[in-house]
Amino acid sequence: MPDEPLLTIEDLSVTFRTGAGLVRAVDGVTYDLHRGETLAVVGESGCGKSVTALAVLGLLPPHSAEIARGSIRFDGEELVGAVPERLRRLRGNEISMIFQEPMTSLNPVFTIGDQIAEGITLHRGLDAEEARQRACELLELVRIPAPERRLDEYPHQLSGGMRQRVMIAMALACRPQVLIADEPTTALDVTVQAQILELLLELQRQLGMAILLITHDLGVVAETAERVVVMYAGAVVERSTTLPLFERPRHPYTAGLFLSLPRHDRQGRDLKPIEGTVPDPLHQPPGCRFHPRCPFAMPVCREEVPELRERQAPGDPPHLSACFYVDENPDADLVAESLSRETPEPPTASEVVL
Amino acid sequence: MTAPLLDVLGLTKHFPVMSGVFGRVVGHVQAVDDVSFSVDPGETLGLVGESGSGKTTAGRAILRLIEPTAGQVTFDGTDVTRADADTLRHLRRSMQIVFQDPYSSLNPRLRVLDIVGEALEVHGLTSGAETERRVAELLGRVGLSPSALNRYPHEFSGGQRQRIGVARAIALEPKLVVLDEPVSALDVSIQAQVVNLLLELRREMGLAYLFIAHDLSVVRHLSHRIAVMYLGELVEVATRDRLFSAPAHPYTRALLSAIPVPDPKRRRQRIVLTGDVPSPLNPPAGCRFHTRCPAVMDRCRVEVPPSEEVELGHVVRCFHAEGEQGDDWHRRVSERIERQVAENAAQSPAPAPVSLPDDAGARVEHDVPTPRRRPLPKAARWVLARPLRRRLALAAALLCSFLAGGAFGRVSREREALRELKWLRDEIRERERVTGDLPETLADLGWRLPPMFGGVEATDPWGRAILYRLLPPRGPRFAAPSGDRFEVRSLGRDGVPSHDDLAYRGH
Repeated sequence: MPDEPLLTIEDLSVTFRTGAGLVRAVDGVTYDLHRGETLAVVGESGCGKSVTALAVLGLLPPHSAEIARGSIRFDGEELVGAVPERLRRLRGNEISMIFQEPMTSLNPVFTIGDQIAEGITLHRGLDAEEARQRACELLELVRIPAPERRLDEYPHQLSGGMRQRVMIAMALACRPQVLIADEPTTALDVTVQAQILELLLELQRQLGMAILLITHDLGVVAETAERVVVMYAGAVVERSTTLPLFERPRHPYTAGLFLSLPRHDRQGRDLKPIEGTVPDPLHQPPGCRFHPRCPFAMPVCREEVPELRERQAPGDPPHLSACFYVDENPDADLVAESLSRETPEPPTASEVVL
Repeated sequence: MTAPLLDVLGLTKHFPVMSGVFGRVVGHVQAVDDVSFSVDPGETLGLVGESGSGKTTAGRAILRLIEPTAGQVTFDGTDVTRADADTLRHLRRSMQIVFQDPYSSLNPRLRVLDIVGEALEVHGLTSGAETERRVAELLGRVGLSPSALNRYPHEFSGGQRQRIGVARAIALEPKLVVLDEPVSALDVSIQAQVVNLLLELRREMGLAYLFIAHDLSVVRHLSHRIAVMYLGELVEVATRDRLFSAPAHPYTRALLSAIPVPDPKRRRQRIVLTGDVPSPLNPPAGCRFHTRCPAVMDRCRVEVPPSEEVELGHVVRCFHAEGEQGDDWHRRVSERIERQVAENAAQSPAPAPVSLPDDAGARVEHDVPTPRRRPLPKAARWVLARPLRRRLALAAALLCSFLAGGAFGRVSREREALRELKWLRDEIRERERVTGDLPETLADLGWRLPPMFGGVEATDPWGRAILYRLLPPRGPRFAAPSGDRFEVRSLGRDGVPSHDDLAYRGH
């Protein structure tokens, strides 16, 4: 493993000003991304996984969001507080992003060719003819048939899968070192999703870029990522290499996610969902944010916030989680125990929302 | 053997595609073509397929929420396709539907009591306090507290709304519920809660489900039998276990292999299909799957493969399974498919490995020019420099003066709105032409609302689209500017907007 991570996010907090008050969407998030690896960030909607990525790129909405504290370092350079010109030079050049909705992230009034070429002319100083040539090669790279012709088409003439390929081509135009993929396949059909994931991984092998994959699909994580960060309500609850996380989750939320998935060896039987709903970000519960839904909640969880702690013997790849229960019972098998436990006071569904 | 509860025979739905001033019909989207299946009482049939495969259209045509073009649907011995309005209303007591989008399928202006109780009162089953008691009971059944009775849909989360949708569907104690992607819009942990609810209701009420979904792992969990659709046609029907252990159609095989499995230790051979689903407007001749099929043969391009019952209750529509029956059929079919795949691969060599163009001109370190944006006028900069409260006061003052003299402004805004409406309508037509499905909400169209619509377009800090919240119940209808707010809602029948429904409502 290379010693110096390519991208380091440390103790990052992002707040949003809303009509109802100040919301802390990301609270003390720390993780890093090494050269050439795939890191998956997993969590449900509202957990802050996308906001973190937007903060890296300096794309937070300027008037309502603010990085309250923390640091983001890319290749040793601090990005929090960097001048907009510097960020603009990084975006699309060293760090690129693919968004979830290929339809809304392409400009409907420009041709595919123009949109791909824009970044190339800006960052590489190629002239229009060269940039067009490069755009054509990029379309070929992402396996779009008849690239010459596609260059002059508009986004609405392409299918969803094709549009996502165009997005990838745009993101790769300047050979970024980091590719942030925010739910790149969520809007796509399964067979197309398989195509896109294969393509991304193949390109990664070839270009050696690091991928930060934001997703909610644990299946996609298992098939693509080397390391995983699990987020819940704005904070990292678990961080590990992929295999240990799937085999032996060290946080009740991660265990709950696994138990929520339909599995073929438990067909037709009730699933074991996580009770209740994600807390309202304006009224985060005190202590551990997961405690109202946690089958392992103890009195201390209601008062104090657990810290991320190492769960692995020294020498093994790090596996961190933030849970008081695991602090006390380091060998607990959370998945098996969750099955036999009930949430202390199962909140009725409608109480949670108000 | 009991008679099936629902028997669908040769169901077909073609949407005409109109063009020109006189609305000449220039073609048909063959959304559903000659689909036959049955559902037994208490059974769950999973209907899977990718977007544009016609599974949603099939579900709606069965309930006659849209009129089928041809075919026969028999429910509980009654012919649904030829039923008159009275019979149909009566039938709908026993067949209900839960929609995909929990945000747009509930009327935001009605209380939960009215949403769930409406059907009870319409059918004259209960009234007044009795309805309230019954609705409270139903809410309890789907895991909501009775305090929800007098609340409005916006006060609930996605999962809770879907529970309300389920309560509405089971209010009349139906025999069949069509579940149209009921959990795809929900987060994993919430999805599991709703799946459990559906399982529980099935056990307690003996419900039969037609479970329409694209997520095969959920379908597998709930269904007894599974039907796979591709481009408007059924390609394979089998019991759940057989479909997963012995998939025969090349499409089913690819579909199953494409599901990501949450197990990092499993590394499997994934069949990656090339290309996208073709347009149902001009479906390929012969077998509709032949353009993407890795095991395609010459005859697939010309002839339509017959449906072959390879074993009891397992029907496959593929030439590779033609005439196959008896033990070991699956091994023989698989071998034949694999041989053909190898043969095809030998003929057309794999695409050359991808390569990114050489970086001849190395990374140029130069200043990225600032986007060509004109500097704001001095006045605007002055306004922006004020604190927020001051800015709001300024805006209010401006607005007042605007309203005072603003007849001209209003006219141009209405014209603007009308233009937006036409654009919206064209977009919907285009989508229907391409996929055969009428989009229900603007979000289905794949875009957020244009800035015209004011605050509606925003996503909240957690990435959830506020859009849904402000969208009233039934898809797109366009209403006039009243004050500064625009509304979009549908006048469509039963949640399906039709072109004529998209009327401009001005004040």
